[in-house]
Amino acid sequence: MIPQSFQYESPGTLAEAIQLLHQYGDEAKILSGGHSLIPMMKLRFATPEVLVDINNIPGLTHIVEENGKMKIGGLAREAEIEHADLLIKRFPIFKDVTKLIADPQVRNRGTIGGNLAHGDAANDHPAVMLALNATVIATGAEGTREIPIDEFFFGFYTTALQHGEILTEIQIPVPPSGTGSAYHKLERKVGDYATAGVAVQITIGDDGIVKAAGIGLTNVNPTPLRAVRSEQALIGKPLTEHSIAEAAQYASEDCNPSADLRGSEEYKRAMVAVLVKRMIHEAANRASNN
Amino acid sequence: MLKEITVTVNGEKHTLEVEPRLLLVHMIRELLNLTGTHIGCDTSSCGACTILMDGKSVKSCTILAVQANGKSLTTIEAVAVNGELSALQEGFKENHGLHCGFCTPGMILRATELLANNPNPTEEEIRWGISGNLCRCTGYNNIVKAIIYAGAKMRGEELPSTEPQFV
Ligand SMILES: Cc1cc2nc3c(=O)[nH]c(=O)nc-3n(C[C@H](O)[C@H](O)[C@H](O)COP(=O)(O)OP(=O)(O)OC[C@H]3O[C@@H](n4cnc5c(N)ncnc54)[C@H](O)[C@@H]3O)c2cc1C
Ligand code: FES
Ligand code: FES
Repeated sequence: MIPQSFQYESPGTLAEAIQLLHQYGDEAKILSGGHSLIPMMKLRFATPEVLVDINNIPGLTHIVEENGKMKIGGLAREAEIEHADLLIKRFPIFKDVTKLIADPQVRNRGTIGGNLAHGDAANDHPAVMLALNATVIATGAEGTREIPIDEFFFGFYTTALQHGEILTEIQIPVPPSGTGSAYHKLERKVGDYATAGVAVQITIGDDGIVKAAGIGLTNVNPTPLRAVRSEQALIGKPLTEHSIAEAAQYASEDCNPSADLRGSEEYKRAMVAVLVKRMIHEAANRASNN
Repeated sequence: MLKEITVTVNGEKHTLEVEPRLLLVHMIRELLNLTGTHIGCDTSSCGACTILMDGKSVKSCTILAVQANGKSLTTIEAVAVNGELSALQEGFKENHGLHCGFCTPGMILRATELLANNPNPTEEEIRWGISGNLCRCTGYNNIVKAIIYAGAKMRGEELPSTEPQFV
């Protein structure tokens, strides 16, 4: 399978890339890791006339902590995230999630920016970003703009990114001690997209009260979904089997899975409940060791 | 519009004029006649097209040839040096790590990076590490044995038994 012909540009600076994106408008697409876009181009689901390859732009692969935030460059690859010690120490959820994304070769190419910008509810990073309350930094002709993650995912394969904007960074607030995070997805085989996936971050105070909770769901809704009622069921009280069961129940009710080869709607709702329970336990476990 | 690219393949520099839509695997197989790199699925799933790009294992069916501009590639043709098998090749041979051999070039290049990053992997790490490579013949057990064997050989340790195990 061979993509339709296109013009290839590989700018060496961000400014040049943005200029090219403006020049070609709707005809142009950004090429990052290429592991969602190139398969779509081979199937001719995507037929861009111009590809703007951002892989040769320096300064977009950082993973650093600054002013209470973890900052991850849009071009950071999964394989780099998987082995970023400080990031994993702060957010063990990244070890969970990267290990479950595709396979080692795909992780050598795929980038976190591409994973989010693709806007696919089956991708795994979106739910994690919801749980961690991330902010997306987009850079365009008018400079940079901060997009809260709750305003980022719009619909099927669409995000808040405008034409000519490049996702340059993700910022994640570093939570207080007593915080833990965890992700798991049910998959039919290693490297498959999720039948259902759940990301949880939870902060438990010294008094045993849940101070904050973030819960994101993968592939059980047309867009990545925040389980709002589930979060509320946990916050402001001690974590109990009862509150966890409530959170699990709400998530299974509030998601919107469709039946497909991976399972029926009922099955997926049931699996969301199971995973929410397990991930709250796992995140709380990690919180108590932190 | 053709683009000029320069790539180093198995230590040799090539300057080529390619269409931007040319996939790296087709450049390797059709322009350079290195047909040891296989196309299995053509959908980024099977790993038969795995090569090393600047030392990292990648699926060459999902990279554009123009993206390899300035990079260094290694294909299966350069794994044996002066006719001498690499530790991995010897491991696959001694342990029946291949039957039809279709997946083997990809397996060996993937395992090359695996052992470079983790010279003494556990069986679980090996199985996880080759999860992007499908084999329709061996059932994987002998591939895992082959990689364990190659690791031991590269570490200069006593070689594990190559006798078949019945499980
Ligand atoms: C076999 C296989 C299995 C996979 N399994 C999983 C899985 O289990 N879980 C999972 O989450 N993903 C999976 N993926 C997808 C993979 O993680 C992709 O790499 C990822 O979705 C997209 O990242 P990319 O860097 O490759 O983006 P690309 O493919 O380069 O781009 C994807 C889209 O985002 C746009 N884009 C890319 N970067 C930017 C940017 N910085 N700013 C603005 N727009 C941008 C592009 O224009 C394009 O529309 C799988 C892929 C393959 C091939
Ligand atoms: S041919 Fe490239 S992964 Fe199968
Ligand atoms: S040896 Fe035949 S596919 Fe692996």
